Amino acid sequence: MIVAEGKPLEEVYALIAEAKKVLVVGCGGCVTVCLAGGEKEVGLLAASLRMKRKLADRPLETVEVTLTRQCDPEYVEQLDRYVTEEIDAIVSLACGVGVQFLAERYPKWVVPALNTKFAGGTLAPGRWEERCGLCGECILHRTGGICPIIRCAKSILNGPCGGSQNGKCEVNKEIDCAWQLIYDRMRLLGRLDDLLTIEPAKDWSKAKDGGLRKVLREEAILA
Amino acid sequence: MSGPTTESKLEKLLREGKFVVTAEIGPPKHASAEGIRRHAALLKDWVDAVNITDNQTAIVRLSSLAAGVHCLQMGVEPILQMTVRDRNRIALQSDLLGAYSLGIRNVLCLSGDHQSFGNHPTARNVFDIDSIQLIAMVKKMRDEKQFLCGEEIKEHEPRFFIGAVANPFADPFEFRVLRLEKKINAGAQFIQTQCIFDLERFDRWMAMVRERGLHKRAAILAGVTPLKSVGAARYMQQAVSGMIVPDDLIARLKKAADAKAEGVEICVEQIKYLRTVEGVAGIHIMAVMWEEIVPTILEKAGLRSRT
Repeated sequence: MIVAEGKPLEEVYALIAEAKKVLVVGCGGCVTVCLAGGEKEVGLLAASLRMKRKLADRPLETVEVTLTRQCDPEYVEQLDRYVTEEIDAIVSLACGVGVQFLAERYPKWVVPALNTKFAGGTLAPGRWEERCGLCGECILHRTGGICPIIRCAKSILNGPCGGSQNGKCEVNKEIDCAWQLIYDRMRLLGRLDDLLTIEPAKDWSKAKDGGLRKVLREEAILA
Repeated sequence: MSGPTTESKLEKLLREGKFVVTAEIGPPKHASAEGIRRHAALLKDWVDAVNITDNQTAIVRLSSLAAGVHCLQMGVEPILQMTVRDRNRIALQSDLLGAYSLGIRNVLCLSGDHQSFGNHPTARNVFDIDSIQLIAMVKKMRDEKQFLCGEEIKEHEPRFFIGAVANPFADPFEFRVLRLEKKINAGAQFIQTQCIFDLERFDRWMAMVRERGLHKRAAILAGVTPLKSVGAARYMQQAVSGMIVPDDLIARLKKAADAKAEGVEICVEQIKYLRTVEGVAGIHIMAVMWEEIVPTILEKAGLRSRT
């Protein structure tokens, strides 16, 4: 999933300083799972903003809606009836995709309430960690199921670098060295010899470096 | 040692079986070459080549390519350190062509310290290719006369003597020698190691190197660093990644009346020992911020002046 976390209240507050009435929009997808932008967080943020504005003697009116997903026009359309003339700004609690989908549909001041962090998963309640670098050409079958592109701070494809000590990354002792993990896993699988193969320079044109990426699936396209 | 002959004097000496000595010059954080030239003059008669570090610890410094040219002008053969942290494959190949055109003949291929250690921790890193892929690229340009993309270098291909680094003190220990082998398979002809303080671990590593015959395929230069003070030793032990400084070395410095002299003595002992280790083809002395001590150490270690 896409993991995100809320921007500081002060920051969101400043982003809508001019508005009198705002639409606060949550997303029922990834950001609900990672407790950053679901219905509960929408209520909390809207209440905090109203309270802060009240204390500043400039009351704010909020309308709260949480869509199934903000990254899908089918659900975004459901906002149409809430996006009225009086709405001065839309606060999106989705990832960057959702914010853009709202901005694309409505000629309104749309602001992000979250910082989109990474593609990752839940380690334990309240703990999420990055797992995928979205490089566009998966090599996990060659690295024991551990991604060096995103889990190694230097994205080394023929690691580990000289900074790996006691299983930890030189950048931060709280981070496991991805190549130590790869080494351990390949040893466990009896495939250490695979690591002697030199992984060639990667084709980054398949990653973000190649410009905006699109996926087309013929059979899913409606005639 | 494999690979065709280049114009590198370092390669020539190693092929002749001479025990070589290399040192290191760290370019300054300003735009004057005066210090580089002073250090080059100081080291000139004592070492066979000098590494020029590439924005070491990710701190902005005068470019290693420019510093290498200053060394050449002082009559010292440079080893151009090249990290993959700050340049993509386009910039790296361009600088390789430029460096060769200016007379540089040795290149040392590294990953580079992560930018979080340096003075621009908010910088974006590159890491388009890794150090092993850089080695393979320098070799491809030389031996196949091709750019990385496969396009032919029609004339004047850069012919570098290719170096790489190895850190026997990083983990996983058992994989270190295999990764060295990968570097040699990719095209590395000489290897400079991380500073050696833990001789016992280095011995175990070298035994594995010999077992795989790697010392016959690449020249291994053992890295040493003289410790100037207890503080410097502690810093190396705690703050420098991938380093092992045994406690008893620190205790020895602490006990000494003159820590600097003791630091020199320790380094001399290390060099004398490392010379006797089978498969060690030379010494790489990294006297960071203490370059002026290098001739003293080499003289005491019995590695006489080159003149």
